[in-house]
Amino acid sequence: MKVYLDNNATTMVDPQVVEAMQPFFSEIYGNPNSLHKFATASHPAIRNAINQVYSALNASDNDDIVFTSCATESNNWVLKSIWIDKILNGDKNHIVTTEVEHPSVLSACRFLEEQGVKVTYLPVNEEGIVEAHTVKGFITDKTALVSVMWASNETGMINPIKEIGQICKEKGVLFHSDAVQAVGKIPVDLQNIHVDFVSMSAHKFHGPKGVGALYIKNSQQLTPLLNGGEHMGGRRSGTLNVPYIVGMGKAIEIATTNIEEKMASIRAKRDRLEDALIELSDTFVVGNREHRTPNTILISIRGVEGEGMLWDLNNGQIGASTGSACASEDLEANTVMLAIGADNELAHTGIRLSLSRFTTDAEIDYTISHFKGAVARLRAISSSFAVQKPTKGGEVKACELHHH
Amino acid sequence: MAKADMLGASLWDAYSNKVTTLMNNPQHQGEIFEADAEARGHKLIVADFGAESCGDAVRLYWEIDPANDTIVNSKFKSFGCGTAIASSDVMTELCIGKTVQEAVKITNIDVEMALRDTPDVPAVPPQKMHCSVMAYDVIKKAAGLYMGVDAATFEEEIIVCECARVSLTTLQEVIRLNDLKTIEQITDYTKAGGFCKSCIKPGGHESREYYLVDILADTRREMDEEKMKAAADAGTTGNFETMTLVQKIKAIDAIVDENIRQFLVMDGGNMEVIDVKVGDEYIDVYIRYLGACNGCASSSTGTLYAIESTLKEKLSSRIRVLPI
Repeated sequence: MKVYLDNNATTMVDPQVVEAMQPFFSEIYGNPNSLHKFATASHPAIRNAINQVYSALNASDNDDIVFTSCATESNNWVLKSIWIDKILNGDKNHIVTTEVEHPSVLSACRFLEEQGVKVTYLPVNEEGIVEAHTVKGFITDKTALVSVMWASNETGMINPIKEIGQICKEKGVLFHSDAVQAVGKIPVDLQNIHVDFVSMSAHKFHGPKGVGALYIKNSQQLTPLLNGGEHMGGRRSGTLNVPYIVGMGKAIEIATTNIEEKMASIRAKRDRLEDALIELSDTFVVGNREHRTPNTILISIRGVEGEGMLWDLNNGQIGASTGSACASEDLEANTVMLAIGADNELAHTGIRLSLSRFTTDAEIDYTISHFKGAVARLRAISSSFAVQKPTKGGEVKACELHHH
Repeated sequence: MAKADMLGASLWDAYSNKVTTLMNNPQHQGEIFEADAEARGHKLIVADFGAESCGDAVRLYWEIDPANDTIVNSKFKSFGCGTAIASSDVMTELCIGKTVQEAVKITNIDVEMALRDTPDVPAVPPQKMHCSVMAYDVIKKAAGLYMGVDAATFEEEIIVCECARVSLTTLQEVIRLNDLKTIEQITDYTKAGGFCKSCIKPGGHESREYYLVDILADTRREMDEEKMKAAADAGTTGNFETMTLVQKIKAIDAIVDENIRQFLVMDGGNMEVIDVKVGDEYIDVYIRYLGACNGCASSSTGTLYAIESTLKEKLSSRIRVLPI
């Protein structure tokens, strides 16, 4: 059995979405900006996709939702254009964000710091949540933008976006949220919650890769990131990616129709998996599951290094992920786990399991059994569970400089 | 960066079959207990290196026959990724049967070589080379414990790049001899910095005592200082050709002060040296006339000839004076 539990990284494209996209490759392929019938033939489908996205997010007709290539583009667009509009051509000089944002926000912020912008990186609490009062405390007269992710890709923890939005509204500060892990997973109602800019990506909710969107409240000013022809009302140039826009519309519609039901079904499987895994000794799961997206588990297993665990899961045809580091060039501990105050020891032992609506009960059963077997094997090898103590003088107290 | 970098390689696909096999089924994982070793008349040495909080840790067990210092059995425990476990396994394999004095000569390169399927294909991708370094470190620690000496005494020189085992003195020499100017050149010449990249600059995989960027900057600065000192020494002995630009201008000024300026000032004028340009044929000295000299008929004939011939005589026959 093959089990894909890395749905926070990307998802399978729903076959219904593929079907909806199909006609727009070789049958209806005109450039929607041209005048002839080849072009206008795609207009009903694009209009439908726009309606599907507005409706899924309960956006107002006064708002703009601009299709982009991905959420990385959407995040870069907001940060770089706020810099141009409010800092270079305005009297602001400060951006507030968090330590646990996606790299497309963090490295864009670091780039802006190099250009002289002041950036505050807020910490998260022990559950991994950005608290609204923390945000409030760091907003100044010079703050141009607050950028806080809706839900965490690593822990699944959902931030108090409604409260933060209210604070930003009261303080007159623009508010952006990277909602990549929220849209399609939990309800996102943009008339109920005040957010100026929202980034999203289709491939996180069973749409295709290579298409995302940026929501812009009240069609407010935001200098384009891409200059070119007058596409998307002049907000984002580049020939409309028709099949992918159609696919995104279909995917968001499916994901958000009866979302409470879908969430309940995924949550039941997630909770069953989580309950079974925390039966293992010396394990803990990050964050209260009531405050998490319903599909995510970040579990720490003492004595089992993250990449080693991924290896054993992979041997059992299970695809999971680790923020812990051995797999990357940088062996630093998982920043999210450090940010939530986990011991350094535990920060290298995190395994993220993220489900989707396609995950089956049989897959959960298989995963529980294989996961427990892998933990048993790796703990049998692990120095953390060795009995014979080192010779006097052979102990290690902390990380030695010579190595790490 | 080029075509090959457009899609990052899969880390695990770069592991040798031996790494994969040993990760899945390590041969020497386990423990040796003190009581058991003693019952066999042997001495047990147990050394740790790394820690869970560092991201990987290894515990090495040596059962040693004190009669001949031979490691009769060895086991390991590891908190780490696949390559860490496979490296530890091969490390114990290499230790068994050797004396402690022989074992301490095993390096991370020996461990990595032993993990290869074929001699010329690396067993692990560059960023995983550091896993075998840990094996080397823990062996030194165990040997130090047995022999009652500090593990650092086994290291004869300062190793800057542990993956490729390149020492500080080697790096300094190679930079000097080949006039290296970039980190890429250092990696091309020595392989240092070509693997886990930690030694290149702070902020990498692990923190280091020495970084290539600092070694390069320091060595280049020393080289420049030496060059300047050599030039300054040349200046005092009057070798105009080898002087630096500043020294050349100072030398010209000194000659002008001593031999020429007084005559110009007497006529209500003066001059200053603007620049010196060294060409293949001439050394061009650009000057500007001041006061009465400016526009004086002689300034482009007699006076100019006097200045040029004085500088030629005192400094270099290649000098050409150009008023601007």
